[in-house]
Amino acid sequence: MEIIKTNKLTKIYNNNGMKVLAVNNVDLSINEGEFTAIVGPSGSGKTTLLNMIGGLDNITHGRVEISGTDISTLTDNQLIDFRLQNIGFVFQAYNLIPVLTAKENVEFIMLLQGISEKERKLRSEELLRDVGLVDKLNVRPNQLSGGQQQRVAVARALASKPSFILADEPTANLDSSSTANLLDMMAEMNEKEKVTFLFSTHDQRVIDRAKRIITIEDGKIISDERT
Amino acid sequence: MRSLIVISSIVMGIWAGIFVVAFSYGLNKQRTQNSIKNSISHIQIHHPEYQKDYDSKFYLKEPDLIKTTLDADSTIKAYAFRSLLNGMVSSPVKSSGVRIIGVNKNQEKELTSIYAGLVNGNYFESKRRNPILVGQALAEKLKIKVQSKVVLTFQDSENNIVSGAFRVCGIFKTQYTKHDQGNVFIENKDIQRLLKSEEFHQVALLCNSIEQVDSTYKKLKTNLTNYEVKDWKSISPELAYADKIMESWLFLIMVIIMLALIFGIINTMLMAIFERRKELGMLMAIGMNRSKIFFLVLTETLFLSIIGAPTGLLLGALTIKITSQTGINLGIIAQGLESVGLSAIIYPEIQPHFYLFITIMVFLFTLIAAIYPSRKALKLKPTEAIRTI
Repeated sequence: MEIIKTNKLTKIYNNNGMKVLAVNNVDLSINEGEFTAIVGPSGSGKTTLLNMIGGLDNITHGRVEISGTDISTLTDNQLIDFRLQNIGFVFQAYNLIPVLTAKENVEFIMLLQGISEKERKLRSEELLRDVGLVDKLNVRPNQLSGGQQQRVAVARALASKPSFILADEPTANLDSSSTANLLDMMAEMNEKEKVTFLFSTHDQRVIDRAKRIITIEDGKIISDERT
Repeated sequence: MRSLIVISSIVMGIWAGIFVVAFSYGLNKQRTQNSIKNSISHIQIHHPEYQKDYDSKFYLKEPDLIKTTLDADSTIKAYAFRSLLNGMVSSPVKSSGVRIIGVNKNQEKELTSIYAGLVNGNYFESKRRNPILVGQALAEKLKIKVQSKVVLTFQDSENNIVSGAFRVCGIFKTQYTKHDQGNVFIENKDIQRLLKSEEFHQVALLCNSIEQVDSTYKKLKTNLTNYEVKDWKSISPELAYADKIMESWLFLIMVIIMLALIFGIINTMLMAIFERRKELGMLMAIGMNRSKIFFLVLTETLFLSIIGAPTGLLLGALTIKITSQTGINLGIIAQGLESVGLSAIIYPEIQPHFYLFITIMVFLFTLIAAIYPSRKALKLKPTEAIRTI
């Protein structure tokens, strides 16, 4: 089943009067359960493409459909709510809330969704167990390693039960062992629970594990391969 | 640390506000009380023509009627009949224009602070004839001391020049240098002997409390229609005006302090948002809507004032409680203060309703201060905020 569909997706930035074409007429389709990496050199437009798919950046031309909904037709508040219910985000710099514990960070998104305290508690503990951090429930981010923080971020992204997870360079700040652990964990979730992942990366270790590799250069898709 | 700075600025702002308000209120109240106590009293009664040019021929015609009326009024604490003359006091070295006040020593003792303010000599207790009380400032000017001889010169009701020799029995000092320099007190019997008639030009009276003045004033005005009855507000309009504008003045002071507080809070909260824009951007990205972001920042700011306001109020109340008993000694500028009728020791005082007023103002101003940073937070773009390192 098709979860993400872009049609002639274009992004033009206005950089001090100079127009920069970041994403150029991209047509893309991602199905449920895919483990896809968008790869390309720095400045190729990977992050911009991901941001537009995630509804974080305005679209200049074209459209993005998520599970059949054209997100460009949504108002700001509708789009925020749409993201809350449908998309999980994993950021390069983890972006956990420093004053909350690992468990509270995972629970927070469910709190925004209005889920009951009991359910939040159960689900956050279950997710943190799945990412191998059951012993770090009440630990704050500054007491966790980079790899552990990114695992909490993945648990947080999964907490809202999204249609798919967008991960922008999730391994950029991690060492080899943490990267391997994180990729194992995400691959397992993809295999067992059919969680759809869409990465932007230029990390070869991620590319090696991806089932589909979309290469982008100068804002255009130049190859789309399935392994 | 940042929150601590905001809380501290709220605490300091409220404390300073309360203190300035209490100090100003205490200062003004003391000035009014000093004037009432030293010279003008609560109410004065004169011949209707007397105050036009202070001519001694306009004396009170029926003093017994006035006395009976005053004795019948239980709100009156004390009164004194006075003879008033404008004249000259001369020592062997210098002369000075003064108002000569003829008093009944026992009545006057209850009415003014001249007796309590004696710094040298005695209060008309001398066996010698024609005792006179002079202010310390006048004594210094005339270079006289207790037992010195002075000559008083004035006009009687028929414009004849009358002179009399008086001996200084005591020197007094009030909180108003000009009063001490411009008034001398002698006994009624002495002045009446010189004038060869029993004339009173003024009755000054004190009520049991300042709150009773209005009603007593109205009663006396009704009962003594042949006389001019004036309350302290009409005798000294500048005091009444100061009293009237004090509340507006204190309100203005508080607004100025609160404005300074607002800018402090805005600055700190903007810094807080700048430092946390990555966090706020992430919250927006994962699905926290704009109204929640707005209320998050707003609540945080208000929460800081909820902690800061009671602490500031408590600290302010404690400071006022202590200083209202010990006073604040401004001895270093005593001369300047006394030249405008103020004591060197100020006792801050605050009316209870001001605490409520300040509390409401703090919350109101904090709310206003929180709006701009909250709106600023809304303008953050998640993609740009997240990218920030």
